[in-house]
Parts: sequence; structure tokens; C-alpha cells
Amino acid sequence: MDALEIARWQFGITTVYHFMMVPLTIGLGLVVAVIQTVWYRTGKPEYLRMTKFWGKLFLINFIMGVATGIVQEFQFGMAWSEYSRFVGDVFGAPLALEALLAFFVESTFLGLWIFGWKQLKRGVHLACLWIAVIGSVFSAYFIIVANSWMQHPVGVEMINGRPVMTDAWAVFTNNTALVAVPHTLFGALAVAGGFLLGIAWYHLWRRRHDGIDTVGPDGKVIPGEADIPGRDKADYKVWITSLRIGAVVAMISFAGTALTGDLQGKLMFEQQPMKMAAAEAACHDGTGFSVLSVGNVGSQNCDEIVAVIEVPGILSFLAKGDFTTEVKGVNSLLDQYKADYGTHLPDNPIYGDRAGQEIEYVPVMEVTYWGFRMMIGFGGLAALAALVALWATRKGTVPASRGLMRLAVVGIMAPFGANAAGWIFTEMGRQPFVVAPNPDPSGIDQVFMFTAAAVSPGVSAGELLTSLVVLTAVYAVLLVVEVKLLVKYIRGGVVSAMPELAHAPAGENEDATPGPGGPGKPGGSDDVLAFAY
Amino acid sequence: MELLPTIWFIAIAVLWTGYLFLEGFDLGVGMLMKLFARNNTERRVLLNTIGPVWDGNEVWLLTAGGATFAAFPLWYASLFSALYLPLLLVLVALIFRAVAFEYRGKVDTDRWRAVWDWAIAAGSLVAAFGVGAALALTTTGLPLNANGDREGGPFAWFSGYAVLGGLAVVCFSLLHALAFLALKTDGDVRHRARNWFVRLLPVLLLPIAGWAISVQLLSGEAWTIAAVAAAVVAAVFAWQFGRNGLEGKAFLSLGVFLLLGSASIFGAAFPVVLPSTLNPDFNLTISNASSSDYTLGLMTIVACVGLPLVLAYQAWTYWVFRRRVSAAHIPEAHSFLPAIAARALAPKD
Repeated sequence: MDALEIARWQFGITTVYHFMMVPLTIGLGLVVAVIQTVWYRTGKPEYLRMTKFWGKLFLINFIMGVATGIVQEFQFGMAWSEYSRFVGDVFGAPLALEALLAFFVESTFLGLWIFGWKQLKRGVHLACLWIAVIGSVFSAYFIIVANSWMQHPVGVEMINGRPVMTDAWAVFTNNTALVAVPHTLFGALAVAGGFLLGIAWYHLWRRRHDGIDTVGPDGKVIPGEADIPGRDKADYKVWITSLRIGAVVAMISFAGTALTGDLQGKLMFEQQPMKMAAAEAACHDGTGFSVLSVGNVGSQNCDEIVAVIEVPGILSFLAKGDFTTEVKGVNSLLDQYKADYGTHLPDNPIYGDRAGQEIEYVPVMEVTYWGFRMMIGFGGLAALAALVALWATRKGTVPASRGLMRLAVVGIMAPFGANAAGWIFTEMGRQPFVVAPNPDPSGIDQVFMFTAAAVSPGVSAGELLTSLVVLTAVYAVLLVVEVKLLVKYIRGGVVSAMPELAHAPAGENEDATPGPGGPGKPGGSDDVLAFAY
Repeated sequence: MELLPTIWFIAIAVLWTGYLFLEGFDLGVGMLMKLFARNNTERRVLLNTIGPVWDGNEVWLLTAGGATFAAFPLWYASLFSALYLPLLLVLVALIFRAVAFEYRGKVDTDRWRAVWDWAIAAGSLVAAFGVGAALALTTTGLPLNANGDREGGPFAWFSGYAVLGGLAVVCFSLLHALAFLALKTDGDVRHRARNWFVRLLPVLLLPIAGWAISVQLLSGEAWTIAAVAAAVVAAVFAWQFGRNGLEGKAFLSLGVFLLLGSASIFGAAFPVVLPSTLNPDFNLTISNASSSDYTLGLMTIVACVGLPLVLAYQAWTYWVFRRRVSAAHIPEAHSFLPAIAARALAPKD
């Protein structure tokens, strides 16, 4: 592998990994904020328990997103210095604003939330979480503005060979970003929904399995109590409520991703037609959506691909909203791209050994074709599972089946898979460009950059390989640690996040946290530090 | 003289100074986990002094990096790619350190805590050294060619200045952390921290003074040399306040020292942001490395609104958690009773 390929693998691995943590942070953060708000308004003990339990898992995950996020900002300069030089005038601003306006808010107010259970009034404490969560939504917006500019450059003029920002409003309201932001946020909520659903299912199953909850002759649950801290009737409410919240969130967010994804797809057919043609492995112009294409879709050679099952009209609907407009396939697009952007990379030293090589305009179709289908498939599967879960728990608890419980737990991965597949599709579908050309022929169509020109010329393949190996190894180790900790705290149940439950008689434990009267009310053990460090 | 690039040069100097001031003490506290704390309770005291704030402090690094990217893309690209391997080490150190803060208390065994204590201490040390080395090299120069790319292989950046800068930030962070602990803790930790502060101050400020003086020799001006002298005065004040047990004033004086020292270093480097040691024609300056006035203007407006806000709510955080932490506040480690224990009560399958 040469430097470019290693740098791309590194960016791909570190980004997909980072984006395992990020959607859970955003989605779960929103859910916990809503749950704490309900507790604030109703004072119901199960909502405090839910806040603490899901909040604990949120924090274990949050820190991984923070830790791996720094790598993202640094590696543009480290591994992609030519890219940074080329786009810095327009791409750097959203990154700087993300740090200044979002990360500061997120980290500072989350610190206040973690440590402020006693120091802050209840309303202020809740507000801190909301502010932190809104900060994370803003960070999503800024980073997607940056990414969208790579997908669809706007608001710039070429001056001395570099794009220079001339219209910040256009950059920050790029239509690509305006549809990608809600799509990403719904994707994040889908992750949180599946997470709540799977874990709550496990605990409801566990309570049945342990004989705490029983099922009456009418099939309705009879919640019980065990003489063990945290395994009382309120605990039952924690899990059944969590499960229902999770299922509803999962279904709403799937509907949201579908609607926004449809808008996004229609934009992409205009902005990056080759990406969408490759998503279909569609070689020839047509109207049909491929349900199954066989042959070697990764062959880069259209002659080897045969669409076995094709639904006529659907592709046109995805692209244009009707059933008859012909959508251009790879073959006719290829001629157009070659005419517009050249057949060979320029003889310029920044392309290194690749200077003068023929340009491969078709993305790796194996990845785009299957990435697109995995995104939709995993997302749909999760929503369907949520619907089934709501029906299966209509009488108040989950079936006793161990297999179904395992399925619910494994199902947590589906929305993660959909998120990863979606990003891999959209980023690899943009190749061979790192900044894809905006086809709007108003002069801006000459603002583009081939990925081959973006890598740092001064950095050797050996250095890149070192960092690829080191970062992959570190990430792998930390993934094991994170998952082990999550599993430990999940299995431990609410009491693992609320040790005060173990020290106070059942029913009185909720008094240990400050009431509406204000902070500093004498409580039980010093649970704040236990919640944090 | 270009106005906006000059403003952004100052802004980035301010961001780095803010980073060194705020994360300085939490990096130092991290190192002191191994050098200073004598038992688990003391380590938890140390951790809880920075617990609510370290993550917010670290964002100053991200903001400094992001602002450099936005305002001086060529500076960002050359500096970060030239220092590829050292920055990789910094990243790994910061990753382990961040995770360690959060995960250390999550499993109640000595071995688990020992692993993460080392991650915090070593992570803080490596991060401080790496950031110091990078900052020193951006003021003293790197072997860059006409395109701004490093010549001479993966280790061509290495020089005595890198070591000096690394030591400067490590030692300053240690001292700053001692001042911080004396201010933020009570009991034995507080008194020992103050003693260490007074005893170690003259030694721990030597490397950063060495860096400041080296930069003056390379490109100093009258006012920057005066700033070095004023910084020395501030250090003497810090020392005197420390001796008299005025912890708040000692901490603030050390902050003034940092401010003056950093002004003398960045001021002497100005208007060069990254010198080339190969050819002065290849120097990156505020003129040839900066973004357009449009971008800088936009950023200026946002920063004028955003930065005061950040300072306000971060200050509020310190106010909320102003209470001194002492060993008496540290509760027993909770060993939670997992719900899994309920299995014992369960009827047979």
C-alpha cells in the first residue's frame, strides 16, 4: 500500500470508530435529558433511576467519543496537509466554530451535570444537561456543514488556485447539510432507541427469569419485589418504561431517516449522480430499482453486472419523485465526467506516483451498492423489531424466551450498522474526489479536488503505517474495555449507577437527592462522587 | 501590516495561553497522581479537583487547533504534518488520559486503578511534553521546503528546542498543578502542595525561561525582552506569596508569569508563524499562511461573541465547584451489589 491508501484506511477506520460513539452520545443524551425532565416535573422515582442508569452508560460512552474526536481534528493537518491547504479558507471555519460554540458548551455543562447533583438547584442541574445535549446537536451541525462542503462546494470563488469563502451564508445553509443534519440526528436517535429497547428487554427478561415478575392467567404481568436493593416494583417500571420509550424512539427515528434520506437521495442524484448510479450498480440509463444484482458488482466493469430483480419506476421515484424519468447510469455519466474533469490526473508532483494516471470515476460499486442497502436494511430491521417489541410487550412484560432476549440485545447493533454503512456509502461514493465538484455550471464547477492530491507530501508511508497500526490497536483495546464496562454496568442494573439504593431502605432512597427545595439537603451517602469518579 | 491576520495571530496566542493556563494544571495534576499522591484517597482528592473541569480545559486545545486551521491553514498543515509522529504520541496520550479519568473508578480493584493511574500520569506527561515541543518548534523552526513540507525524514523535526519546549511545559504544568492543589484542597495535601511549590519553583521554571530567552536571542524585540523581565518578577511574587501561604495570589502570579512569558515568546516570533530552518524565504508568516480577510472577519465576529461566553460559563463552573476538596470528602469506593446477585433467590429454571 502506498501513503495515500494507508491514509485513507486510517481516516476510514478512525472515523467509523468515532462514529460508533457519536450517535449514541447524541441520541442517548437527548433521551436522558427528556427522562430527567419528566422526573423534574413529576418526581416519579422511576424517572430518577432511569436518568441515573442511562446517564451512567451515556458517560461511559461519551468519553470515548471525546477521546477519539481529537484524532479527527488533528489528522486533517497530519495526514492530509495538501487537503488542508486547499480547503482551509472555507473548511477550517466550521471546525473552529464547532470547538468554540459546541465542544466548549458540551464539555463544560456536562462536567456541571456530572458533578453538580448536589451543588446545583434541580432546575439548573437539568438545564445543564439540556445545554450540553444541545451543544452536541450543534457540533453535529458544524461538522456536517464541513462535510457537506466536500460533497457539494458552495459559497466560494477560486482565487490563486484555492477556493476562498465569499458567502458564508451559502456555506452554512448548504442544502446538502440541511438535509444531512436531520438525517444524521434521526440516525443517532435510532441508535439510542435500539440501545434502550435491547437493554430494557434484557432486564425485564431477567426479572421474569429470576421469578420476580410473574404472569397472571390473563397473560398480564404481575410485578413483584425481591429482597435485594434495587429490585423492587419501581425497578419494573424503569424497564418497561425504558423499553417503550426505546421502541417509540426507534420507530419515529426510522420514519425520520426515511423521509430525510429520500430528500437527500434526490439531492444526490443532482449533485453527485455517479454516487447514486453506483449505489444502484446501474450501468445503463433506466427507471428500475435493483433489488438484487448479480455478477461481480465490485468489478468496476459494467458488462459483468446483471440486475436479476428490478422494480421498474422505483429508481425514478427515488431520484425525481415520478416513475418515468430516465436516470442516467454509470456508462453515460462516465463520458460526461471525463469530458468535464479530464481522463487523466494532471502531471503535477502533488499526485506523486499517480501523476498522469487514468482517473477511475466509478466508485467501488461493491461498497456503494451494498452500503446503500445495508443502511436501509439495518435501519428498517430495527424499526420493524421495535414494532414487534411493542406488540410483544403489550401485556406488560417480555416473553420468557431466552432466544428472543438475545435477539433483542444483538439487535442493538443494527442501527449502529446502518449509521456506519450510510457514512461509508456517502464517503466512498464521493471518490475519486475528496471535494466533489458541484455540477452547477456557474464557475463553481471547477472547485474540486482529487483524493490523490490531498495526502501530506512530506509524510512517509512508514509514518502513516505506524499511526494506522498504533491507532487501530489502541482503538481495539479501548473498544474491549468500553464494551466490558458497559456490560458490567448494564448487568448491574440501576443500583450500579445508584449505589445509594443499596444503602437506604426501599422507598426512601429517592429522598437522598436534593428535592425541589434546593441543593444541599442532607441526604444519604455521597452519591455524587460515586456517580462521577 | 495586515490587521485581521495580526488579530488572529494574537487570538491563537491567546488560545494557546488559555490552554496552557487551564490544562496546564490538570496535566500537572495528572502527573502528580504518581509523583505526589501517596494513597488511593489522595489520588481521588487530586482527581476530584479537576474532575468537573478537565474536559472543558482540553477543548482549548481543540479550539487552538481548529482556529489555526481556519485562520492559518498553511501553518496548520505544515506544523501538523511535519510533527507527524510526535503528534501521534500526543493523541494516544490524550486518548488514554481522557478514558482513564472516566474509567478509573468504574471497577473496584487495585490492579484496575493502578493501570489507569499510570495512564493518567504517563498520558499527562507525554501530552504536556509533546505540546511543549510542538509549540517550541513553531517558534524556532522546522526543516520545511518551499511547499511547506518537511524535508529529511520522520525525525527531521528533532532539535534541542523540542526538548527544551517539552520540558518547559512539563515543568510549568507540575508547578502550576502544585499551586492549584494548594488552592483547591485542604488538609495534608494542601500543605504539602504548598511546600513543594515553594521548594520547586526555581527549578521548575528554568526550562520555560530557557525557551523564552532562546526565542529572544533568535528574534527578540525590546518589548518582548521587557516581557521576559516582567515574567521573572511575577515568578518572584508567586514564590513570595507561596511562602506566605497566600495560595490564591501565588496561583494568580503564576498565571501572570505564563501570560507574560507567552507574550514574550509569541511576540518575538511575530510576524513569522513557522520559520523554515532550510531557507528564510520558505518561512510561513501571518501574510502568506493566512486565510482570506472574509473568513478572518467572519471568525472575528463569532469569536467576539463566543469567547467571552466561554470564559463566563467556564468561570461559573469554577465558582460552582469552589469548595476545597479534602480527604474527608472522599467517600468509600462503592462496590455495588449487582442485580445479578438476585439469581441466588431465583427459582430453578
